[in-house]
Amino acid sequence: MSTASVSGAPRRPRTFGRREATELIAPLAIAGVVTTVLFAITPLAGPVGFVIVMYSLFIAQYYWYARRTHGVKAGVDRAVTVVISSAAAFTILPLVFIMGFVVAKGAKSLTWGFFHHTMEGVAPGAPASAGGAFHAIIGTLIQVALATFICVPFGVLTAVYLQEVRGRFVPLVRVIVDAMSGLPSIVAGLFIFAVWVVGLGQGFSGLAASLALGVLMLPTVARTTEEMLKLVDPSLREASTALGAPQWRTVLRVVLPTARSGIITAVILGIARIAGETAPLLMTSFGNDRANPTKTLSEPQESLPLFIYRQITSSQGASVDRAWSAALVLVAIVLVLFVVARVLGRTRPAK
Amino acid sequence: MSITMSPAHNIESAAVNERTVDAALRAEGISCWFGKRKVLEDVNLVMERNTVVALIGPSGCGKSTFLRTLNRMHELTPTAALAGAVYLNDVDIYGPELKASVTRQRIGMVFQKPNPFPAMSVRENVLSGLKLTGTKVGNSEELVQWALLKASLWEEVKNRLDAPGGSLSGGQQQRLCIARSLAVKPEVLLMDEPCSALDPTSTRRVEETISEIADDITVVIVTHNMQQAQRVSDTCAFFLAEENRPGHIVESGLTEQMFTNPADPRTNDYVNGRFG
Ligand SMILES: Nc1ncnc2c1ncn2[C@@H]1O[C@H](COP(=O)(O)OP(=O)(O)OP(=O)(O)O)[C@@H](O)[C@H]1O
Ligand SMILES: [Mg+2]
Repeated sequence: MSTASVSGAPRRPRTFGRREATELIAPLAIAGVVTTVLFAITPLAGPVGFVIVMYSLFIAQYYWYARRTHGVKAGVDRAVTVVISSAAAFTILPLVFIMGFVVAKGAKSLTWGFFHHTMEGVAPGAPASAGGAFHAIIGTLIQVALATFICVPFGVLTAVYLQEVRGRFVPLVRVIVDAMSGLPSIVAGLFIFAVWVVGLGQGFSGLAASLALGVLMLPTVARTTEEMLKLVDPSLREASTALGAPQWRTVLRVVLPTARSGIITAVILGIARIAGETAPLLMTSFGNDRANPTKTLSEPQESLPLFIYRQITSSQGASVDRAWSAALVLVAIVLVLFVVARVLGRTRPAK
Repeated sequence: MSITMSPAHNIESAAVNERTVDAALRAEGISCWFGKRKVLEDVNLVMERNTVVALIGPSGCGKSTFLRTLNRMHELTPTAALAGAVYLNDVDIYGPELKASVTRQRIGMVFQKPNPFPAMSVRENVLSGLKLTGTKVGNSEELVQWALLKASLWEEVKNRLDAPGGSLSGGQQQRLCIARSLAVKPEVLLMDEPCSALDPTSTRRVEETISEIADDITVVIVTHNMQQAQRVSDTCAFFLAEENRPGHIVESGLTEQMFTNPADPRTNDYVNGRFG
């Protein structure tokens, strides 16, 4: 018997097969039935209680069976594996619900027109099929790209200063960055409003929004990048120095390339932080019904969060539908950005 | 092999005479501190051109620390302090004539743990020293082949020069690090226990590499392996830290002499494995 499994075709240890599935589903089914009966004949009630009782029964049985067939160690191992897996599943449950809700609500009035129409000249009571979020989509893309473009060099430089240069002002810089990460987004908006929009007389614009978003993004990028630089093996810096490299070349050619995917993660987190920000936009880009990508520096500009906010607050049925569609598009854009950044982070550029 | 072939050594069977020796590197009165703690005291050592010098001694006696003073890596530790001088071809590397980065280009270093740059390919790793110092090179392909041949790695990697440096085996990675150091054409190569993470075969190959490069490079190697010290080195220095006394050189001289007829009983005990 055992010889078959020793020679035989290559296989992966501990694969999940039919048998394992049965061992999982059977106790689950039994737990379901027993709990249903329990809830029918005892005063136990309520969905939360049902889940807790059923889950406990399931784990107990699963452990008991694995222990009987494979011993205590295997029993504990499997029970803990299942508990941890279900804990992981539990954390993504809210996400799945939110996403499901947004998709269900948003897909209803999501047409192609939504992607290439603007709200220019659309009457307040017009149906959802009239008008679209083209202007808001480009606005968001431009503003987020611009904010990233402005913020990432500063963020990475800050991290390099904190982790590589380790100059005299490290404690000060760290305090500032920490304070910035606690900055309420509306205050960032107010700051740009006071300094840029009013103070320097630049007026509302997409650029003003990008500046506010950049302020919000900076601490995330700086601190995450710093953590990623900490992970770079110090012996690589040593090797580089021992080859006669000045520190700036060590940072540029060894440390940053080694931490590359980590830095991309930092940028993704930064983008995630700002893509849905609404409050600072109210005072900086203000909003617009027209598409004006070429006037990013000078005119009020729409973006998806502002679009959602403005449609929701108008509280017409059709407007609310548009808001949901815009929410779906916003979530999709962030998701696509994530995937793109991940792919960029993984592959090495061909030389 | 250079042990038996070098005529200079047979003539001078006694202690190496500093005046007649062509010193590539000369340490004078080196003392080192980490914070308030003195770990090396008044170390003097002459490292003759194009020979292999082995530093031996028990753990913690300051061999690595001494090695790192030889190419100014010691000062990178924030708490580190130093007294004394190191002369590279009679120029003090701590003096105003030599920049630290130039010193390190001329005195290369190979570490105990192989540390190729993971974000670079095998080829880029070999050429990294040039990139990192902003040095232009005419024919980089030729240089890559030359360095890898010297490090006896060429045959194994010639078909995957574009693979990541980290994809090689540990022994190959260490030879890649040697090739990387050789590509900048140093005059001296410092090696801190370069074989301690390697299997016997890789160790043998690294030792062959050392013997070969010693034809035109001065090698200073720290090793805990007495056989290795005997196999590869021409001269030897025995370091020791005793109670209430920081690390110092007990005895130095020709390897043969040190292993067969040492002057100090402590050396005798150590090289014969009768020591802490
Ligand atoms: N970065 C450091 N900070 C403080 N003390 C240090 C540092 N590096 C080394 N030391 C101390 O200096 C002494 C000499 O250390 P060193 O690493 O030079 O010994 P070694 O001879 O190379 O030992 P081994 O054979 O174990 O590598 C030791 O007592 C050690 O504790
Ligand atoms: Mg050491």
